[in-house]
Amino acid sequence: MQNYSIFSLARNALSHHKNWTEAWRSPDPKPEYDVVIIGGGGHGLATAFYLAKEHGISNIAVIEKGWLGGGNTGRNTTIVRSNYAIEGNAFFYEKSMDLWRGMTQELNYNVMFSPRGVINLAHSDAQIDDFQRRGNALRLNGIDAQWLSRDDLKKRVPLLNMSPDARFPITGGLEQPRAGTARHDAVAWGYARAADARGVDIIQQCEVTGLKIEGGRMTGVETSRGFIAAKKVGVAVAGHSTQIFDMAGIRLPIESHLLQAMVSEPVKPSLDTVITSGASHVYISQSDKGEMVFGGDLDFYNSFAQRGNYPTIEHVVAACCELFPTYSRLRLMRTWGGIMDMSMDGSPIIDKTTIEGLYINAGWCYGGFKATPGSGWVFAHTIAQDRPHALNECFSLDRFQTGHVLDERGAGPVAKLH
Amino acid sequence: MLIKCPWCGDRSLAEFSYQGDATIIRPSDPLSLSDNQWNEYLNLRNNPKGWHDEIWQHLNGCRKHFKARRNVVTHEIADTKPMDGSLQGGRS
Repeated sequence: MQNYSIFSLARNALSHHKNWTEAWRSPDPKPEYDVVIIGGGGHGLATAFYLAKEHGISNIAVIEKGWLGGGNTGRNTTIVRSNYAIEGNAFFYEKSMDLWRGMTQELNYNVMFSPRGVINLAHSDAQIDDFQRRGNALRLNGIDAQWLSRDDLKKRVPLLNMSPDARFPITGGLEQPRAGTARHDAVAWGYARAADARGVDIIQQCEVTGLKIEGGRMTGVETSRGFIAAKKVGVAVAGHSTQIFDMAGIRLPIESHLLQAMVSEPVKPSLDTVITSGASHVYISQSDKGEMVFGGDLDFYNSFAQRGNYPTIEHVVAACCELFPTYSRLRLMRTWGGIMDMSMDGSPIIDKTTIEGLYINAGWCYGGFKATPGSGWVFAHTIAQDRPHALNECFSLDRFQTGHVLDERGAGPVAKLH
Repeated sequence: MLIKCPWCGDRSLAEFSYQGDATIIRPSDPLSLSDNQWNEYLNLRNNPKGWHDEIWQHLNGCRKHFKARRNVVTHEIADTKPMDGSLQGGRS
């Protein structure tokens, strides 16, 4: 791997940038691997990287039916946070946060991690109590949280509509200062390049058409580019988890739903943090290119379409303009959708399955991007050691049957509400 | 997306509320079920990529519930029927 540094930049500038090598190879699949990872998004690529780095397994293929990071990795609103109150979630997302902080150096690839803070707005007295309780729960677990009063918010986010006549007047906010954003595409590319450098084969345009299981054990995967033998197969395919596990006869506690996001035209810097409001269903940040990036709730019906309907866009835009009246002058530049693997308790599943050598990484709901490094790290451990790490023991597949669900939001077994 | 309410005709998606998979039937005697059977009813889903029978409510209209057969890839709706009706079409 060609190391990226100020010196390599200077050296390549002298040759007019004509001699950069490709960031990763595009090999043909070998007949057999130690581990096959299905899904070349952030989670699958991170898993391959940590398998090679932490567990010394490098005979790995990552197979992807489209292109790297073309699914939810490249479709999210790039928010990174770890403000989870339930303990099973809290320590996992904290591990992820630790990995985010060192990711650029670890991968030798600038993922532009920007810990600019994430602020959840409160809109009522009851929410003040609830958010402060949540903040205390976070701090007891060693996670940063700080309460912002209305005066604090006015200073911190001057464009925010603090009028008492607003539809949902703002009463304060809870901030996680270490949270922020990262460049989503760079995360996929950085993991791909670093995994490739450790010998991982990344195979794009290769769709899985079947799982080969003999006597309850994985023996390989059928793909559009032929059969690939592997005794261990990890599946990290987000919205299409049901379709892959159908091939193994395993039904999942997952529904696939549609989540939209959108960006405005680029403007000069105006928002240096991330603002979220549960009451009006919107989260807003500004990208490094200057676009306002915002998203909201699901479209609330099952979908595999990767494109949404207008009422949801209208709702998100209205919420954005209510919080930031200034932005009503902006033009919407692009909207798109991604397919969320909504689990029945709102928490992910990272576990072994009833088939030996078949591993699941799914159920990320709204929150897959922030979990990318932690998910790859614990999934690599689960695959390499054939048992979950302590950090993902509670993300078990059988928790729905035993009743040990992780319902952070307290919404009950209705996928669309998580 | 326009949805054809069986009573009100084609109306905007904004008037409707999605109520989920219509093929799930609540067990008549939950106490007799094993944990596994209860899990299958409560949590597990077929989640097909294609035609999906589902329940909608015309929430901001006549407020009645009805069934729809909708393609979850194209968003095409083949049929809508009252709750006791039988959905036709789709599934090709």
